[in-house]
Amino acid sequence: MLLEVKNLSTEFKLKRGIVKAVDDISFTIDKGEILAIVGESGSGKSVTSLSIMGLLQKPGRIASGEILFKSQDLNKLSKNELKKIRGNHISMIFQEPMTSLNPVWRIKDQIMESIMTHMQISKKQALARTIEMLDTVGIPSAAQRANDYPHQMSGGMRQRVMTAMALACEPELLIADEPTTALDVTIQAQILELLYRMREKFNMAVLLITHDLGVVSEAADRVIVMYCGKIMEEAEVRSLFTRPLHPYTVGLLQSIPQIDDDSEKRLYMIKGMVPNPLNMPQGCPFSDRCDHSMERCSKEMPELKDISGHKVRCFLYQSESITCGGITATSASAGAKGCKKANSCEDSVFGHKAGFSLCEEAVEGGSGEK
Amino acid sequence: MLKYIIKRILMLIPVLIGVSIIVFLIMRVFSPDPAPIVLGQHATQQAAEAWRQANGLNDPIYLQYFHYLKGAITGDLGTSYYTKIPVTKEILTRFPATIELAIVAIVLASLFGILIGVISAVKKNSIFDNAGMLLALIGVSMPIFWLGILLIIFFSGLIHWFPSNGRINPLLEPIHVTGFYLIDSLMTGDMSAFKDALQHIILPASALAMYSMAIITRMTRSSMLDTLQQDYIRTARAKGIGEGRVIVRHALRNGLIPIITVIGLQLGSLLGGAVLTETVFSWPGIGAYTVACILKSDFPVVQGVVLLVATIFVLVNLLVDVIYAFLDPRIKYSGKEV
Ligand SMILES: Nc1ncnc2c1ncn2[C@@H]1O[C@H](COP(=O)(O)OP(=O)(O)O)[C@@H](O)[C@H]1O
Ligand code: SF4
Ligand SMILES: [Mg+2]
Repeated sequence: MLLEVKNLSTEFKLKRGIVKAVDDISFTIDKGEILAIVGESGSGKSVTSLSIMGLLQKPGRIASGEILFKSQDLNKLSKNELKKIRGNHISMIFQEPMTSLNPVWRIKDQIMESIMTHMQISKKQALARTIEMLDTVGIPSAAQRANDYPHQMSGGMRQRVMTAMALACEPELLIADEPTTALDVTIQAQILELLYRMREKFNMAVLLITHDLGVVSEAADRVIVMYCGKIMEEAEVRSLFTRPLHPYTVGLLQSIPQIDDDSEKRLYMIKGMVPNPLNMPQGCPFSDRCDHSMERCSKEMPELKDISGHKVRCFLYQSESITCGGITATSASAGAKGCKKANSCEDSVFGHKAGFSLCEEAVEGGSGEK
Repeated sequence: MLKYIIKRILMLIPVLIGVSIIVFLIMRVFSPDPAPIVLGQHATQQAAEAWRQANGLNDPIYLQYFHYLKGAITGDLGTSYYTKIPVTKEILTRFPATIELAIVAIVLASLFGILIGVISAVKKNSIFDNAGMLLALIGVSMPIFWLGILLIIFFSGLIHWFPSNGRINPLLEPIHVTGFYLIDSLMTGDMSAFKDALQHIILPASALAMYSMAIITRMTRSSMLDTLQQDYIRTARAKGIGEGRVIVRHALRNGLIPIITVIGLQLGSLLGGAVLTETVFSWPGIGAYTVACILKSDFPVVQGVVLLVATIFVLVNLLVDVIYAFLDPRIKYSGKEV
């Protein structure tokens, strides 16, 4: 186990109250694995990654929990010990390529700074390594571009530079917080491809954060769906896309635009808005937006229940008798959006956006909403 | 860049012509007739008339200005009505004292202003921040002459650490090379003169620096608060580099641009503050002297000083712009932008 997050809660103490941005989440990442965290904006994805990096700014603080990196609790390390891990064993790429590089230093200086902080090598060697890294992440004429300032580069190029910087010390874990969100669609694919390639090359684990399930299907091994600071569903990518259990996940899947969808229907949107973090609904946080909300949903919080390795937090799946095969049974009884044709479409679906429309049809039958 | 600098220096010419016209008119319209002041109250009408005639003050104003300009181009700014010494020489003997005072003051103001400002921003809302901001508040509210008098009472009168007036003990005066005693004494290896000059300059420079320091402190604090919030600071921390390096190399280096602007502006206002400081500390500079010359209607001297000060203003502004380009790679000057 490379990283093990146990019952992490992170809160922001504001004048108007305490915001529980991350509320008791647990997950693990294995060596070389890509774990995706998906959720709408404001669901606590960035706060989770900043908590792991120890980069939370006031008034944020880790209220409880453990962040075990190779069995060492990062939250208990001194500032100096943490510094040795950051940028070295764990690196991070941020959402904003345009503003995440320092505008007054050449990019080579910024990458070399990282290398020389963690590796005992000469300046010359560090420069050579910098150029090599820039080349690896696909920057043409790297030796020249190394002398550029950030403003001389496009957003995609800057994200490549950020990636080169993050990978310069060959970290075991890379946290990529919405690395493609700010980029054009074509550039997005390139950056994802790059991350995938780098994972192979350096055999590192990646925590890939995104609000875009499309990104997940292409890159991740396992997916966590987060909502209002809580884990709603966790599963292997294959399982999540073929048999999404949680109504929120189903909603997210339905809102992915279909490139080859020729029907005229409008893109699905989950109704309502993410609740105000200072004024959470009682019970299930999704209850005020959920089509399947029941009486108990707005009173109690469902547990995160493990159904043969596919975890879900929803009362639709809370009864004791449910086993793996029972998912379809429940969806029949409770009218969940669980894909009824799941088994039949499973193979054609995985990893291909085209497949979603198949599943969507199935889901539509269940919900009859559109 | 060089083209840009040359263009900016050429721009100095119209600026100086404009400034000289204004000061020329103001002196002649608002100042009392110099003749009776120069010749004394008991001088006869004829003597005064003859003096005016001799000094060209009976000519039409545009002719007077024309003559002045002609002289100025060849480096002749006229002679003082009183001392009969050429204005350039009068200025040169007093100006280094003022510049030395202003430079020491701006260095003190910048050093302490940036230091306190950075600490205040990094330790926002802490006791250090509150103390720093209180000091800045005192700095902007306290009149220079009052601060000067307090400093004299305490540091010279009570604890006798520093002398209260003059530039140096006349017996220790160093050999004149540049006219800046601190530099001259160092160049000639005259350490006792250096020490004495330093002791003399500390109080007036501190009094003069206080206001600018307060302004620089505030600007540094707000600029640092802004840069510390930037995404690239988070990136720097994520790299695992030390917090000190994050603050200086990443935050301050970016925050310096607005700070330099303020320092440039303060250098200008220091020259104004120097007048009061020189009076309080009997500093033999140009400020107090110029005020005396204004009151005595010594036109050539006042005009010369104003031209010099205008030149300094323009050059300091140019210097600030050049520093910008060094600090921020996004700024590129070409000859066209002037
Ligand atoms: N600096 C902050 N101050 C107060 N609240 C914050 C701050 N940063 C994040 N939060 C809270 O944490 C929640 C999760 O934010 P974040 O992790 O950035 O979401 P995302 O999933 O979009 O990355 C937000 O809804 C917000 O209320
Ligand atoms: S617990 Fe209830 S409200 Fe929450 S997602 Fe499940 S059905 Fe919907
Ligand atoms: Mg985010």
